[in-house]
This record gives sequence, C-alpha cells and structure tokens, in this order.
Amino acid sequence: MRYSSDPETTLSLGHRLKRAWNSDLCWRFRHSPVAMISFAVTLLLVLSAIFAPLVAPFNPFDPGSLNLMNGFTPPSTPNAFTGEQFLLGTDDQGRDILSTILYGMRISLFVGFAAVTLGMLIGVTLGLIAGYFGGIIDAIIMRIADIQLTFPSILVALLIFGVAKGFTPVEYRDEVALWVLIIAIGLSDWVQFARVVRGATLVEKNKEYVQAARLIGRSSSSIIFGHILRNVMSPVLVIATISLALAIIAEATLSFLGVGVPPTQPSLGTLIRIGQGFLFSGEWWILLFPAVTLLSLALAVNLMGDWLRDALNPKLK
Amino acid sequence: MFSFLIRRVLQAGLVLLIVGFVAFSMFNFVGDPIDNMLGTERTQADIDRLRAQLGLDQTFVVQYWKFLANAVDGNLGVSYRQGRPVAEIIAERAPATLELATVSALFAVGVGVLLGIYTAIRRDGLVSHIIMSVSLIGVSLPTFLIGILLIYLFSVELDWLPSFGRGEVTDLGGWTTGFLTSSGLKALILPGITLGLFQMTLIMRLVRSEMLEVLRQDYIRFARARGLSEKAINFRHALKNTLVPVITVTGLQLGSIIAFAIITESVFQWPGVGLLFINAVQFVDIPVMAAYLMLISVMFVTINLIVDILYVAIDPRLRS
Repeated sequence: MRYSSDPETTLSLGHRLKRAWNSDLCWRFRHSPVAMISFAVTLLLVLSAIFAPLVAPFNPFDPGSLNLMNGFTPPSTPNAFTGEQFLLGTDDQGRDILSTILYGMRISLFVGFAAVTLGMLIGVTLGLIAGYFGGIIDAIIMRIADIQLTFPSILVALLIFGVAKGFTPVEYRDEVALWVLIIAIGLSDWVQFARVVRGATLVEKNKEYVQAARLIGRSSSSIIFGHILRNVMSPVLVIATISLALAIIAEATLSFLGVGVPPTQPSLGTLIRIGQGFLFSGEWWILLFPAVTLLSLALAVNLMGDWLRDALNPKLK
Repeated sequence: MFSFLIRRVLQAGLVLLIVGFVAFSMFNFVGDPIDNMLGTERTQADIDRLRAQLGLDQTFVVQYWKFLANAVDGNLGVSYRQGRPVAEIIAERAPATLELATVSALFAVGVGVLLGIYTAIRRDGLVSHIIMSVSLIGVSLPTFLIGILLIYLFSVELDWLPSFGRGEVTDLGGWTTGFLTSSGLKALILPGITLGLFQMTLIMRLVRSEMLEVLRQDYIRFARARGLSEKAINFRHALKNTLVPVITVTGLQLGSIIAFAIITESVFQWPGVGLLFINAVQFVDIPVMAAYLMLISVMFVTINLIVDILYVAIDPRLRS
C-alpha cells in the first residue's frame, strides 16, 4: 500500500486521506481505546489552553474583573457576600480557579513544547553529527552525554537555571525567567535524542542510498539533513512525546519549588504551590483542581507516548 | 580486570575535573566576586588588594588548581547570603538529608523487595493486580504531589503525623539525629515515604520481573521435583538469584534519592542540604550552588564507580 507505484503528485486529497486512514499506524490507533482516550484528553486540554481567552469565563490577569469579596468561594456554591457562583471556586484574591487553570496550562504547555523542541533540535543535530562522522567528534559528544546522564535531569535543569539567573541583571530576571526555564529544561533532556539518533544514524549511514548519494557528490550536510534525518524521525517522535510529559512535570516541579516562572505568569506548578498554602485552612479546591489537571495532562501525553512507541516499533513490546 | 579498574578510575577522575571546572567557572564568570564582597564605596586600591588577596590576579590555570586544592581541603568558599563558610553550613545540614535518604532507601528496598516477591509468586492474584495498577499511578505522580497528598491525608485529615520539619533532634557532637526521639521518628515517616516511593515501585517491578524469569528456570523445576517446600524454593533458590540486579539498581538509585531530596525537603520544609540548594538557586548564592554541585558529583561518581566494579566482580562473564 505504502509503496504503490503511482506518483505522489497524481493523488487527490481525498485519496491521500483515505490512504492515511488505512495506514498501519492509523489502524493501530483506531483499535486502541487507550490511545484514542489519551489523544482525546490531550487534544481537549491543548485546545482549551490555546483558546483560553475565549473559553475561560474570566481573565484572571485583569485586575478590573477581580472582586476581593469573592475570595475563597467554594466550587459551585454561591459566595456568601456577592452571591456569585464559580464552577471550580475561587482563590484568596477572588480569581476563578477554572480560568487560572486554563491560563496556567497555556504557560505549562508553552514551556513544555518549547523545551522539548530545543532539546530535540540540539539532540538530533548532535546525534546525527556524532553518528555520521564518528571518530573524535563522536567520542566527545557521547562522553558529554554520558556525563550529563549521570545526573538526574531535574538537578541539571536547576543548576542551569541558577547559573543563568546569575548572569541576568536583577531588573530583567522576571522578564527572561520563562526563557531561562525553557533553556534549562531543554538543555537537560537533549541526551535521549542524541543517543537514539546516533544509534539510528550508525545503521542508516551504511545503507545503499547513502552510498549512492555520496557517490554522486552530495555534500555531507545535505546527506545528513536531507536523507538520513527523515529516516531516523520515528524514534525521535516517540522520545519527543515522552519528553513532553517529562518537561511538563519538570516545569511544574521547578515552579512548585519557586524557581520557575515568575509569579506574574502562574503555571500549573505555581498554582499548586499557591494551593498548598491553603490546604491547612480547608480550601482544598485551590490545590486539587490544578493538581488534577497537571496529572491528567502528564498521564495522557505519557500514555500516548507509550502507545506510539509500541505502534512504531512492534519489536519493543 | 586491572586495566578495567584503572580506566574506570581515570574516567571518574576526568568527570570530577570537568565538574570542578564548571563549578570554578560559576565562581569566576557569574557576577564579579569583588562586586559581591566590597560595598559601593571602594577605591581602586581596595579592589587591587582584594584581587591579590583572593588570588584573582593569577593565571587561569593557577586559579583553577588552587580552587581544586581548596575544595579537597574542605574550603568551599563563603556563602554570599549567610556570610559563613559553605563547608560549615553543609556540615550542619548534611545529617538531616542523610537520615532522610537512609530511611527512604530502607523503605524502598524493604517494601520493594517484599512486594516484588509477593506479586511474582501470586502473579494472577487480585491483590497483585491491585498493587501493580497502583504502582503505575504512583510512577506517574510527580514527587511533590505525592508529598502534598500524604500531608493532606495524614497531617490535615487524620492529624497523625507532622507535616513539616524534623521534630525534636538530639545533638551527638556535631551530628543532629532524629532517630532518638519519638517526634523525630514520626517526622521522618512522611518525607521518607515520599522520597522512597518512586524507587520502591522501581525495585518492586525489577524484583517481580527477575523473580518471574528465575522461577521459569530448570533448576527451580528440579528443586520442585526434589520435593522441596515452596518456601525453600522461593526464598532460598529463587530470591538469591534475583538479588544481583537489585543491588546494582539500588546502588545507582542512591544518588537519585539524594538529588530528589531537593523536592521532598522543599515540600516538608526539611532542613537539609536540598533545601539549602533550592534557597541558593533562588538567591543566586553561587558558592553554595558550586559546593553542592561538587559534593553531589563526587557522590554520584563514587557510587557509579562502585556499582561498575561490583558488576564486574559479581558477574564473571564481564571480566574477559
């Protein structure tokens, strides 16, 4: 099916969709309830985060819409003073929890996606170079990877974050904190990508199409990025998905520890940190709902990654 | 064997040199130490004097060498924030972290091995299925959420255990311990479980799969044919052969327990080295960060080295 002889260009859009629908990956997807549910949950959460300004009942960052009298309203019960009702309750400043979750998820997802993209770019590039050229370059890159792998990634991220914070002047620290966080998490997880891509490149570079490309005089860079790259992409996709779940958790952990995003841009981790303070006084909803959201997001992405790994590489089962 | 040993030790030394270099660069390039130590009213003479006093006028290599020699001597600089020697602060905080790590490692190994054996022997039992499913959820829960959940359950709702701090500690000549008082022991339970839970599930799954593998072997079938009791088979023959990978994994996990103590200590406001490090990151206290980095890498590298050597010592097949 995949290797049909008709040239790609003559296929109509409908035809292509039909072919994608019948593909192996899609068939596995349609026959796995876990994959479909986790995909649906992820999609729902990502979409509601992207369209947060449209979906959220309030804008939690607009001081004009806040009423301190609404503070500590329990979920779905009218406030004692104002009579207003909030689906998931409000926090100490009267912010609607549902809205803060939706806006917080935007930041969590943004940091997650950006960090994984950064880690992937670095890891894939270094992995391709190490695998293709071998020798001393390979030895240096993989030694660095080994050393970094000795340390838990959350520790590496914390250190990078601390050092980068030291480099930035105090008045800019809050502004750049988000980017520093992305760089810290991204740099802490490039190793997985590099290792897998290097292994796949070692296999690919001895195949005939690479030899043929070399024979007709194509440059190393065009062979690496034009030919080998697209053939090592499927394990990269799997690692990227699992890394996304890890990056979201890492961001939440760092923000929970109070070293992540600035308080003006609360992510899910920040919300959990805030909520923890109210646990003892009985306002459980400030903590519970952000925690459940974080958990569902991480679990759904993780399950999707697990499924993708099994689907793309049945041998691993 | 000998050449392998030499190579591994050299590699470990190289890693430590590189980490030392990173820590040294942090000192030298992140902010100017002169700025940090002198106030705004300073003369060029002051700056030059301090520069010479700190040895900052010497060449890079000399400075690096001095830094390493100082670190080996236990002189890790002075905290920007507390104004006290870093080595002193760390020595004061270390017992808390080490006791917490010991308790969680014991919990992880003890409970992990027991549950692993149980789920392997009764692999189709209802309880085993429940344990396995719960462990799957446990793995996906971030550490700080587990801590909060336990605090909510046992401190807020049930009011059985303290939610923060070490409780009452006894001073044993520079080493403060919580093992000797009941409030100290009580305070160890929740953080210990929080920190050890992930490792516990890991060890449990490992023991279970190793047990299942071993129970399939011919010598187990033979032992059964000899009429040995199930207890003797499971514990004397099967368990012994599953312990090699368990020992190595546990060894490697010791390092992560210390590293992840950062999160647990933050949740439970546990006055250990991890909390010190987090505060150092928040306030950009470079000497503390650099000291922590070096301390933890010495520990990691040593653990890795020991595990690698143990591996070869235990498994004769790797010696060739």
